[in-house]
Amino acid sequence: MAKLDEADFYKIQVQKQPAVGTSSRKMQDDLTQQSIKSNLGNFILEKFFLICGMLSIFVLLLILYFLLKNSWPALQEVRISEFIFGQRWMPSSPNPGFGALPLILGSIIITVGALLMAVPWSLAAAVYLGEAAPRLIREILKPVIEVLEIFPSVVLGFIALVVVGPFIARVFNLSSGLIGLTGAIVLAIMALPTIISISEDALNSVPKDYKEAAIALGATNWETARYVSIPAASSGIVAAVMLGFGRVVGETMAVLMAAGNALDMPLKEILNIPVPTLMQSMRTLTATIAIEASDVPWGSTHYHALFVIGVVLFVITFLVNLVSDIMLSRFQEVNRND
Amino acid sequence: MSDNGVIFSTEALNLWYGKNQALKNINVNIKMQKVTAIIGPSGCGKSTFLKVLNRMVDLVPNVKYTGSVNLQGHNIFDENINLVNLRTRVGMVFQKPNPFPKSIFENVAFGPRIHGKHKKSELNELVEKSLRQAALWDEVKDRLNEPGLSLSGGQQQRLCIARTLANEPEVILMDEPTSALDPAATSRIEDLVRSLRKHYNIIIVTHNMQQAGRVSDETFFFLNGELIETDRTEVIFTNPKDNRTEEYITGRFG
Repeated sequence: MAKLDEADFYKIQVQKQPAVGTSSRKMQDDLTQQSIKSNLGNFILEKFFLICGMLSIFVLLLILYFLLKNSWPALQEVRISEFIFGQRWMPSSPNPGFGALPLILGSIIITVGALLMAVPWSLAAAVYLGEAAPRLIREILKPVIEVLEIFPSVVLGFIALVVVGPFIARVFNLSSGLIGLTGAIVLAIMALPTIISISEDALNSVPKDYKEAAIALGATNWETARYVSIPAASSGIVAAVMLGFGRVVGETMAVLMAAGNALDMPLKEILNIPVPTLMQSMRTLTATIAIEASDVPWGSTHYHALFVIGVVLFVITFLVNLVSDIMLSRFQEVNRND
Repeated sequence: MSDNGVIFSTEALNLWYGKNQALKNINVNIKMQKVTAIIGPSGCGKSTFLKVLNRMVDLVPNVKYTGSVNLQGHNIFDENINLVNLRTRVGMVFQKPNPFPKSIFENVAFGPRIHGKHKKSELNELVEKSLRQAALWDEVKDRLNEPGLSLSGGQQQRLCIARTLANEPEVILMDEPTSALDPAATSRIEDLVRSLRKHYNIIIVTHNMQQAGRVSDETFFFLNGELIETDRTEVIFTNPKDNRTEEYITGRFG
């Protein structure tokens, strides 16, 4: 009986089909017709996007050229090894020293310290928001966290100066709380919103199918996040951490106000081995430019040396980006998505 | 326990999505060692009914249900029901093949791993057994480390079935498992369902009435959230008692 009905069904289908041939003439005209208007629009838009893309690359290259050109005079007077390994930064003294190692280490130590705090913290928050939080809580928390992102860094620096610093001084019994740790804490807090909101987006864009499959196999929320969602969102999470890194390493005002700005090597001898420490006052590369740029004699070696510091910052961020890109493509080969 | 050869029995099962009632007073027994097909037009509640049986329906926001569903003497709506154990015992295969973005081996080993099996030899054995049962072993035994998503759609669906089997469930729920597959892949899945019926209780939702006829022993017909008729499959298809069942299976609506 089902067969009979199927046949009826097909009959109706056939009747509804328009007669073949009537429209073929018109279709042929359509196929060969060129619309000058739409072609021109297409052409202009295409070139416009091309120009926008090229322009942004061009501007970046221009900045790089400007940096290198302005650092060149300093590099002719001071050897590059002196810049990178010298331990005495005294650019305006009668017997100037251009050793940026304390500043490079200051930047690295504070950045690593800040990320060590921010990454686990924000990933936990992102996993909670993306995987476990009830919808209402998620809908309230996400925008609040994103608003924190636009907090002016000078305000956070001020809070570090008057609240976090004294607190750290009391806890560790120091004369001043303006040390690397204080800077790292402030930077970690500044990086949190970026890392949370972008890794939460990444977790959220993991197909629902994967999560359902895991839950139907008896996985708990935590197991689903740990074994399915986080691996599937890994590239987005790495991107989030990279953005957080960029935020932290480039931040100037807050860390300038919080970290104390001493020019000593941020190292502590433990059993005669110098170990990086967060527990003393230190200065970052960015803070150095900000502090010294305003009253440096135009065109002096010191002036050009500040551009060298800019180049060093650029090289650090470039290398970190490169390494994470390579890591990511390796990882994606192992965990191919389709 | 397994009295009267019944695996699931529901009593006065009602379910709402918000204000919409999706299941209306369902009282039915699902028999053991049988393939039960659930048919009905779109939106009739058949998938919802299936998702109640492993409480996957809990994931839908604003869902509310009353009544009881008994799985071998336990009401799965009880507060003290361990959902992890329930979903391990009642596995599920979805409409669209959804292997994890992991290797074939890791896909099948996922369930056993999260349930605490970590010994490599044990896992190897279980993965091979599950893939053999899912009639996929011969096609993938040389490339267990390749991504599950590199397989064809039909192979992916059999991989998902193997993944469910690796949990050694008692019941397998299948939610239109062939609707995204071509006819050849569909017929392989149907063969698989028939071969699995000896060891598992299978409940399969299908849009395709010929499929219900080919694979199932029992058929339930749902319409607008109500269970209209249940019987042996050949009875439903040759001599339905209710007019609406007859109209649906002869294609007059749906």
